[in-house]
Amino acid sequence: MIRLERVIKIYTDGTEAVREVSLEVGKGELCVLLGPSGCGKTTTMKMINRLISATSGKIYIDGMDNTSIDENELRRNIGYAIQDLGLFPHMTVGDNIGTVPALKGWPKAKRRKRAKELLELLRMDPDGFIDKYPRELSGGQRQRVGVARALGGDPPILLMDEPFGAIDPITRVGLQNEFLKIQQELHKTVIFVTHDIYEAIKMGDRIALMKGGRLVQYAPPADLLYRPKDEFVAGFVGADRGLKGLQLIRTKEVMWRSPPTAKPEEEVKAGRERMERQGIDWLAVIDDEGRFTGWVVSSNLERGQKVKEIMSTSAIVATRNAVLSEALSLMLTSGLNVLAIVDRHNRLEGVLTFQAIQEALREAAEEVTV
Amino acid sequence: MLAGWIVDHLWISLVAIGIGAILGVTTGIFIAGKGRERTAEVVLYFAEIMMTVPSLALFGLLMLLLSRMGLSAIGFLPAVITLIAYGQLPILRNTCTAIRHVDPAIIEAGRGMGMNERQLLFKIKLPLALPVIMAGLRNAMVLIIGIAAIAALIGAGGLGVPIFRGLRNARMDLIIIGGVSVSVLALLVDGLMALLERWITPKGLKG
Amino acid sequence: MRHQVILATLLTLLIGATVWVTSLGKVGIYSTFTYGDLLYSSWAHFKMVFIAVVIATAIGVPLGILVTRSGLEKLALPVIGGASVGQTVPSLAVIAIMAPLLGFGLQSAIVALVIYGLLPILRNSYTSIKTIDPAIIEAAKGMGLNRVQIARKIELPLARPVIMAGIRISTVITVGTAELAVLVGGAGLGKITLTGVFAREALIILQGAAPTAAMAIALGFLLEQVERWMTPRGLKQA
Repeated sequence: MIRLERVIKIYTDGTEAVREVSLEVGKGELCVLLGPSGCGKTTTMKMINRLISATSGKIYIDGMDNTSIDENELRRNIGYAIQDLGLFPHMTVGDNIGTVPALKGWPKAKRRKRAKELLELLRMDPDGFIDKYPRELSGGQRQRVGVARALGGDPPILLMDEPFGAIDPITRVGLQNEFLKIQQELHKTVIFVTHDIYEAIKMGDRIALMKGGRLVQYAPPADLLYRPKDEFVAGFVGADRGLKGLQLIRTKEVMWRSPPTAKPEEEVKAGRERMERQGIDWLAVIDDEGRFTGWVVSSNLERGQKVKEIMSTSAIVATRNAVLSEALSLMLTSGLNVLAIVDRHNRLEGVLTFQAIQEALREAAEEVTV
Repeated sequence: MLAGWIVDHLWISLVAIGIGAILGVTTGIFIAGKGRERTAEVVLYFAEIMMTVPSLALFGLLMLLLSRMGLSAIGFLPAVITLIAYGQLPILRNTCTAIRHVDPAIIEAGRGMGMNERQLLFKIKLPLALPVIMAGLRNAMVLIIGIAAIAALIGAGGLGVPIFRGLRNARMDLIIIGGVSVSVLALLVDGLMALLERWITPKGLKG
Repeated sequence: MRHQVILATLLTLLIGATVWVTSLGKVGIYSTFTYGDLLYSSWAHFKMVFIAVVIATAIGVPLGILVTRSGLEKLALPVIGGASVGQTVPSLAVIAIMAPLLGFGLQSAIVALVIYGLLPILRNSYTSIKTIDPAIIEAAKGMGLNRVQIARKIELPLARPVIMAGIRISTVITVGTAELAVLVGGAGLGKITLTGVFAREALIILQGAAPTAAMAIALGFLLEQVERWMTPRGLKQA
């Protein structure tokens, strides 16, 4: 879909921003350009929609040399979202999203319909937001509108320059998850620029790690983590690559699907037997509807006769789609070495153990190294 | 009599602001263009110096110039030219800086979505710069009305006529009529243009 | 650097023009003013401007700063707003109205010039203090500086260049406005210019106008240097 062939950018002042980068991004892939500031990632991205012209080399889009297409025509078919947003403050949310459709000459009603669709897609109330102005929105809402605007003309390709850069960490995680969900539906070909390795690992199908204008390694996230090509990659990935690997795995992949449980009205004795049989020191307590309510742990077994007398209630839970890093963090705050995985109605779906996390990480590392 | 002076005064001011606006805004847009930073600096500096030249002196210098060119050195023409010149600094400065100061991220977003330079100017830069440009025009208009009073000295008519006549003949009533009228006129036009400025500001920019 | 070249050229042209007209001796049926007249008028003009600006500064700076102090903030709007409205009133009107109020004479001229020159000084003094980043004041308070120390060590040094700019703008405006002060009994170069205007003799207008313009430009430049010199080094643009 997008192919860069020995692309070079040398600015008139002699700065070599990009040095012979070759790269291929397949249709529907999300390619992250990652690297420290000044590594040439943004320049590389901007050469794709020709906001910056390449000094030499070729960039093909769908097999067409991008310099053979009129630059404005080219840009209207490539969605573009940037960190500082650049939302037009004098236009409503609807008009902002409708910018490219307007440039393409769509009639007004069709533009408005499109804007509403996109707001819906980004989980914003279409009727509530379409006529608002950017300054009336929160930071997170603005980012959503920024993404919606990039999708406005339904372009097959999206360029995103740190699109979630300027917001607080919690909103950012939410937006990342939502974008991934949208991406599963839309299958856009995405070039995503970031300097945040966590974001890169989470978002990317492939990561292009750049340094000093060169492409150092272009590989899926797991390869980058467990098979760094050289010292620089290893250093950039960091000594805590095991922790970063936690971003790659979701709880549903490693959780214990039908874990041993207990009911509040049960005798403790029955529970103790179950624990001994399984060789574990905990039981998840669920009510009659299967909703998770708390834990029984082995050290408390002597304190009463019924489960409800000795259980400790807990509200710390995760969902099956949470990545292991989020789950682990919750587990650490709970003080236990198990975590309940529940569905929307708080019904227990499984249990994540600390051991399972360890094993998953070991496997992931081996898989790549072998 | 008074009505006549007011009409003359307004007419000369309106002609000057009309021509001055076209001239100043176009020049301002031009010098705000990319790669014209040095031109802009020189143009704005000249406009600034022009402002330090006392208005009476400017009228005088212009009379000299026009008479050398064989044109009428008194009356409407030199008055209007001087007023146009005087109004240029606020118009030029505001237009140029307002367009320059449009957030580069906004411009890049527009360019990235495939707007050409003309669309960028008319859809993004000008609407965003409009309130500041209007403020410049308002500023210029107040200046022009004030200096137009002095233009009576070179035979351009207007509310300066009763003032000068009163001063020369120690007719206090004429001085007060002229002085008060021209002040009220300036304040009134200033207020009207302030309203216009608010009205013209795009809704998304209002605080 | 480019600015200095433009300035020097302009000043040379203006002074050259003055000298040229003066050396003509006679224009049409009128004789030109002599060097003696010119020097006397220039000096009188400068004196009038100087007195007016000094008085305007003495009123404007303390008043502008005073209305930023806590407790007096309510006065800020009427004072600054009133001065703004005053600036909208044409200079000729301010000067002319002095005749019925105070009669003809130097005092009328100076009062008018003070009133008209007050706004830039007042407004700049006010904003110079108002626009100081509150975080800086907060930091100073946090380090234990008292109100007087904050005013002396933080506010004034930061406000000084802006106040100075107000004085410069006011001076340049006053030089020009002073041309008209002759109408109500003031002295200065306006006398020469107006003689030319009434005689409809452009060269004589030039004889008064050119040195006035030169004075405005020169004073503006000089005060800009003072302003630069007063700006704390950390605030100067590289």
